[in-house]
Amino acid sequence: MSARRPRLAVWKFASCDGCQLSLLDCEDELLAVADRFRIAHFPEATSAAVRGPYDLSLVEGSITTEGDAEKLKRIRRVSRRLVTIGACATAGGIQALRNFAEAGAFVDAVYPRPDLIEALATSTAVSEHVPVDLELTGCPVSKSELLEVIGAYLAGREPALRRDAVCEECKRRGTVCVMVARGVPCLGPVTRAGCGALCPAYDRGCYGCFGPKETPNVPSLARWWRERLGAAPEEVRRALSTYNVNAPAFREGAGLGEGSGG
Amino acid sequence: MAERTATEGTGRRTIRIDALARVEGHGAVYVRVAGGRVVAAELRLFEPPRTFEALLRGRHFTEAPDITARICGICPVAYQMSACRAMEDACGVEVEEPVRELRRLLYWGEWIESHALHIHLLHAPDFLGYDDAMSMAREHGDAVRRGLDLKKVGNEIMTVLGGREIHPINVRVGGFYRVPTRAEIAPLRERLLWARDAALETVRWVGGLEAPEAELECELVALRHPDRYPAYEGRIASTAGLDIAPSAFEAHILEEQAPYTHALQARIAGRGAYLTGPLARYALNAEHLSPAAREAAREAGLGDVCRNPHRSIVVRAVEVAHACEEALRIVEAYVPPERPAVEVEPREATGHGCTEAPRGILYHRYDLAEDGTIREARIVPPTSQNQRAIEEDLRAAVERSLDLPRAELEHVCERVVRAHDPCISCATHFLTLEVEDT
Repeated sequence: MSARRPRLAVWKFASCDGCQLSLLDCEDELLAVADRFRIAHFPEATSAAVRGPYDLSLVEGSITTEGDAEKLKRIRRVSRRLVTIGACATAGGIQALRNFAEAGAFVDAVYPRPDLIEALATSTAVSEHVPVDLELTGCPVSKSELLEVIGAYLAGREPALRRDAVCEECKRRGTVCVMVARGVPCLGPVTRAGCGALCPAYDRGCYGCFGPKETPNVPSLARWWRERLGAAPEEVRRALSTYNVNAPAFREGAGLGEGSGG
Repeated sequence: MAERTATEGTGRRTIRIDALARVEGHGAVYVRVAGGRVVAAELRLFEPPRTFEALLRGRHFTEAPDITARICGICPVAYQMSACRAMEDACGVEVEEPVRELRRLLYWGEWIESHALHIHLLHAPDFLGYDDAMSMAREHGDAVRRGLDLKKVGNEIMTVLGGREIHPINVRVGGFYRVPTRAEIAPLRERLLWARDAALETVRWVGGLEAPEAELECELVALRHPDRYPAYEGRIASTAGLDIAPSAFEAHILEEQAPYTHALQARIAGRGAYLTGPLARYALNAEHLSPAAREAAREAGLGDVCRNPHRSIVVRAVEVAHACEEALRIVEAYVPPERPAVEVEPREATGHGCTEAPRGILYHRYDLAEDGTIREARIVPPTSQNQRAIEEDLRAAVERSLDLPRAELEHVCERVVRAHDPCISCATHFLTLEVEDT
């Protein structure tokens, strides 16, 4: 019986732990997931560790050191299906802001002895280092989407994930548009759905933590912010420069160039 | 964990455990023994640095609660609360009491979630000899399911108030974006009535677990408040007589960088290592626990002060019981505040905020420009404050256990570290276990 259970592994690079915690936050499903999979590597949850290969690897965090880049390549070699979970693994996370600062400036600012710190000048997405089978965005990922990824794997099908904008979820939820009705700057039109359009439901504009939707028109939204809402160019730049700053559409919209920075 | 190396030779032994399990983030322990004495005991936090203090420079003061939440997925509310309090301090704004009550409710939600996670999924398996809660559930299913459901209640509080449990979206400098309606808050009451009893049951369960003997000698530091068990507010106090306002933190507590770790380590000026977190809070504030939580603590044999880190599991459970009662009190008395937030105008100033994260005191300081741009940020999380005390505890534990076989000695080390519930993601704004016997 246990020999036939697929092996699940959870890996962590530079991150806050929040996306893997999302799995532990599935209180009603956690024990069932543990029954259906052999949890082969998940240091945050278990001391037991089983050698690869792994059937499904969930990878959290961005790549910020040479050692991590090498470790990721080893993980890819022993993983049949590799899924990134969250903004850090999928786009580099907020720590990717360093990609656009002078090299070393951030470490110099925090540590008295920066020479003791081993870190690359950039924070990059997993897909910049190895082929990725699926990317799940969100800062953090949504629990229901995470369960969909895991459930779809068990069922042998592709997961059904949203690709449309947060706007669609607002309409479905019946939330009055905060931008049209109240002039509140909102990234909903260019941000991938999946969170349930939380921010507008709490009377604030979407701040883009799920990253760009498919084919977003960021320049058009930026123009709306400036011309209709009176937002300063600095405000637009700041709004796009957060948890998904290194996702191409947001990076370019923020005027931070077409490369991955650094 | 799997990744260990060991070298043994004439009078030299090296034990290394390179990846600690059931802690938040990547860490290692390195202990060197020579001539029957521990000559080095180091907690190495190897999470790669994410340099939040640097990336906060140039951001707007209103962005700090959302950005700093991303330091830690386990205690984002703590970051949001300390950031808000520091910004409000800088701008000379006082948040109204009904909004402060909602902030406390949100914070109790995070305490319940984080403590229930540590008690049941990370810590209890050590006492009962399991690798994890999932395998523990086969023999102790009721306790694990109760723990998961308690955790869920904490998450439900955060979801109602914050929109979601990890990186809540509803917290802003000055208050909230939107306050919940009574109808949104109401379902929490029934859940908290269950949780209050479940938490007391958990205290009895963990109170009966056999803990190794240990006695921490270091100073214990926590917030202290004249009439509340502290989470959201208080002065910084200690068992050695420290009693300062949060604004005096940097005058009394020094942060240093050791060559073997990515976390800056703190010590009290003129003294040394100190511990913050549940043991410290309990030692300094037990009289403000709810009557039922205090009674449960007494029945579990905690006494006035508990200095055994392995028994911190009992203190956490007592704190969950208190948090459930306080949350229930707030829920039952809830009337939506007239306005969700006060207006906050930036000014050129420095602000300080210190609140009790589940793992201990979390200090923020921001220097703002006139237009609200952050010029400088300083963040001192609980785990970097505790690192030295954990190392001292590790040293003492190894010295007591030198005659144990290697595998058991490694397990002793791992248990010590886990008992302290380090959060490495926080500390590096980074953990690995190596034991080296020389």
